[in-house]
Amino acid sequence: MSTRIFGSGIRRREDPRLITGEARYTDDISLSGMLHLAIVRSPLAHARIKAIRTEAARESEGVTGIYTAQDLDLNPIPCAWLLPDSDLKTPDHPPLARDRVRYVGDAVALVVAINRSAAQDAADLVEVDYEPLEAAVNPETATQPSAPQLFDDVPNNIAFRWVVSSGDEALEKAFGEADIVVQERIIQQRLLPTAMEPRSAVAQWNSAARELTVWCTSQNPHIHRHILSAVTGVPDHKLRVIAPEVGGGFGSKIPVYPDEALVSWASMKTGRPVKWTETRSENYQATIHGRDHVEYVELAARRDGRVVGIRGKVFAAMGAYLSTAGPGIPTILHGLMYSGAYDIPHIRCESIGVFTNTTPVDAYRGAGRPEAIFLVERLMDKLAHQAEIDPVEVRRLNLIPPFRDGHEVATGLTYDSGDYGAALDKALQKAGYGRLRAQQRDAAKQGRLIGIGVTCYAEICGLGPSQVAGAIGFQGGLWESAIVRVSATGKVQVMIGASPHGQGEETTFAQIVSSEIGLPVEDIEIVHGDTDRTPMGWGTYGSRTTPVSGAAVTLATRKVKEKARRLASHLLEAAAEDIEYEDGRFFVRGSPDRFKTIQEMALMATVGWDLPEGMDPGLEASQFYDPPNFVYPFGAHIAVVEVDRETGAVALERYIAVDDCGPHINPVIVEGQIQGGVVQGVGQALLEGCVYDEQGQLITGTLLDYAIPRADSVPTIELDSTITPSPHHPIGVKGVGETGTIASTITVYNAVIDALRPMGVHQIEMPLTPPRVWKAMQSASGTGGPTS
Amino acid sequence: MRPTRFDYIRPETVEEAIEVLNRSDENKALAGGHSLIPALNLRLAQPKKLVDISRLPGMDQIRADEGKLQIGALCTHHRISHDGQVADHCPALADAASIIGDPQVRQWGTLGGNLAHADPASDPPIVSVACSATIHCQGPSGKRSIAADDFFKHLFTTDLKMGELITHVEFPSSKGMKSSYVKLPHPASRYALVGVCVVLEMEGTSCRAARVGVGGLTPAAKRGRGAEQALQGSSLDDSALEKASKALRDELEGDELIGDFFAPADYRLAMCGVFLKRAVRKALGS
Repeated sequence: MSTRIFGSGIRRREDPRLITGEARYTDDISLSGMLHLAIVRSPLAHARIKAIRTEAARESEGVTGIYTAQDLDLNPIPCAWLLPDSDLKTPDHPPLARDRVRYVGDAVALVVAINRSAAQDAADLVEVDYEPLEAAVNPETATQPSAPQLFDDVPNNIAFRWVVSSGDEALEKAFGEADIVVQERIIQQRLLPTAMEPRSAVAQWNSAARELTVWCTSQNPHIHRHILSAVTGVPDHKLRVIAPEVGGGFGSKIPVYPDEALVSWASMKTGRPVKWTETRSENYQATIHGRDHVEYVELAARRDGRVVGIRGKVFAAMGAYLSTAGPGIPTILHGLMYSGAYDIPHIRCESIGVFTNTTPVDAYRGAGRPEAIFLVERLMDKLAHQAEIDPVEVRRLNLIPPFRDGHEVATGLTYDSGDYGAALDKALQKAGYGRLRAQQRDAAKQGRLIGIGVTCYAEICGLGPSQVAGAIGFQGGLWESAIVRVSATGKVQVMIGASPHGQGEETTFAQIVSSEIGLPVEDIEIVHGDTDRTPMGWGTYGSRTTPVSGAAVTLATRKVKEKARRLASHLLEAAAEDIEYEDGRFFVRGSPDRFKTIQEMALMATVGWDLPEGMDPGLEASQFYDPPNFVYPFGAHIAVVEVDRETGAVALERYIAVDDCGPHINPVIVEGQIQGGVVQGVGQALLEGCVYDEQGQLITGTLLDYAIPRADSVPTIELDSTITPSPHHPIGVKGVGETGTIASTITVYNAVIDALRPMGVHQIEMPLTPPRVWKAMQSASGTGGPTS
Repeated sequence: MRPTRFDYIRPETVEEAIEVLNRSDENKALAGGHSLIPALNLRLAQPKKLVDISRLPGMDQIRADEGKLQIGALCTHHRISHDGQVADHCPALADAASIIGDPQVRQWGTLGGNLAHADPASDPPIVSVACSATIHCQGPSGKRSIAADDFFKHLFTTDLKMGELITHVEFPSSKGMKSSYVKLPHPASRYALVGVCVVLEMEGTSCRAARVGVGGLTPAAKRGRGAEQALQGSSLDDSALEKASKALRDELEGDELIGDFFAPADYRLAMCGVFLKRAVRKALGS
């Protein structure tokens, strides 16, 4: 059994309920006597609130209450990533704006009514007098002294200034002595996460027990419980958070927003259950956004292509308030990855977090790492061009050589294991790189614009050692825990603190348990998403669930198995060291007929009739797991594009991805994660871009304007893998949820620039839409046609 | 989001529908609803009464005779794109109908609703202009017909008067001619940034007559008469197409043009030339 189920591409057990519509999401919850909440949001990006008039709204049919900031007794919404050594400013984030609004979508008032339409009708009748203020929208210009100021005590809107450096003096020297220095100003445009399910919350206050239950769209119900406890004052042991089915998160359901706190407060205030579900327009205004960097980056190299240093200065938008993990994204998860897959002796990243009159920015799939790999790989291509070396060769020259157990890079991280050259070779072979270059040359003779992008990446995930979490200012641990409970009939419940919402761990974790203990997958249930049913855990994000929670599940299962083995040795009257295990059976060495099944041991442990001296009844184990290090997946991706010379349209012709996330528990799920990730990254390269105007109005406020990739946006993605186990993980696995996104944006971008370079186009702001590509071709010097 | 409160009625006859619509300009006709319902949900439209015309009798026929193709206003884009008679007599309309929005939109959206809505970025108005369609409507003062050229006035504005409903649209058969519709869609909405329809009467390899409709960048779909002249009498070779493209651009350049952050007007103007060439090549099957 163990050899069959681990690594087998069995179908996701989650899918039938999702496909047939049986799955139960937060908005499907309907409780007796439930009220509905609508939030009045600011239509202006920056304004003083002069007055709020609620009389007309109060008269509206079905309204039970209208509340503004002065009615609330909630604490501010806290930020949970307090970067050390960065002069971090943490201005209050009140759940309802008090005297000033700071972005379009900032919550101003609450309407509670008997149904959703009545709540919306009344919300439209709330009149707010605003005194408009100038808005600061761009993270770079917002730092200028003349820019509008969001907070009186945050000069120049600078939330923090964070630096990682391998040593400034040596770095300066390396840049000074370098033969080649290439530079770029990179705009990492703002993105809208666009999970298919918008956010929603239902709160139920039990006044008799003084207990609060909150169902909400969360990637981390235990974190929601802690923060909601801090905001509402309900002690955490009286607060239960349940994440029912969650329809995608991509990071946007990590943060604790004002909204969940407001719903909780409304239930406590009215004594009745209260529900709120955001609309898509609200989702685009009030759910976090991703990226939004302005970066100045440069790379220094020797004439032979050997890189000696890389450095960057990043202006990273935080939006109007610091979201839960906001400050950690463009810093820890970004600057520390400037080495990418390469040996680079000197590295420096300075990241400046900036308040802007925009929706708060937080983790969005990849979170800081796509931006890091983007700039490293962009600079690699520029270096290749300048040094007149093939982009593949310049990469190969700088790759970290294979390592099995630790390699320290200049930012101080110790990568766990890698064979980057092997992944690159495999990708090149799969793509037929030599042939592709020949085809590109032939096509150029006919005036066709074909481009090839090649990326080598390494990424950090599996967050992470709790000691490190503390050192980097994360206001929590990053361990996970699991309970494996085997019933008398041999059925297993596995309770985990992490909270999968599409990643497939109900399937893969059952495969882990099954392969460890020999029980069929059908008999194993993974329980998650409920703080009362599961042990503590820090949630599902940062490609950490399998590397961290999966390790806790593995080790807890091994404890169960060990106990079963001791019980079997007792019942078989043989020494424990003489008991062997195979496929769910314990038997005496040399006598495979004398065996006890794991199910028999479950029954005997549960009834407790005949246990060895000192053994407690029950077959159950709990395991906390704090990872000794992060895990570092890696790989090589190749994109082939053709640009329509007349329209500027980019056709993604081929996409090849070779990824190494260690052993595959379920190769079909691994493929699905990579495909989804690649498509999301292609979205950033070609389609997606959140646009604000100068007054801070959200221009891309609906899906009519904000383009997300669809099935016809991508070709069949050609996947393959190499397998390099993590040396420190019990089953060697690394994370895979974000790898595709981390690699694909720059791979496609570099391919497009490769296609256009002969025309003299070297840079285009993303997304690479037809109008932008066309404009770049028009403006370039070589409009007459390819020059090479 | 939820619409504001509205009343809903479903009249049994065209006359009854017209009577209700004529009572107040706050009463709106609902056919496929694929433009109206989103506007309701965003509360951009807040009608008092929705008059559901989607099941009115006799308005969902497709009939070809005497060199004319008649399409009932309630025919959906999906049906139009799959109908054999449309493919025969007005293939450009079938082309356009097959690439409107997405499958859900095509299943619900109707030809009449689409034309009456007169979205500048919509495809069927461009085809109806190029194909010299006639829009037949009925209102409080009886029936009348309007040439497509005169029907589209400006953004979301048509020649329809209060209480008037489109009953059917008549397309002269373009059987035996060469025609096509092509567009450059917005990647999110799939509305046309630029859409071009051509109908070409050929005599051997020479173009005897040409009709060109263009939209997406203009406030209303319109004829490209300069381009038509450039194509007529030519053999539609590269230099003729280049001339026609230039004529189309020149003709539109002085016009009020639509541009936005995604696709500025100068881009759209350049693209209408490109898509004119593509439309002709597609029509010729080359």
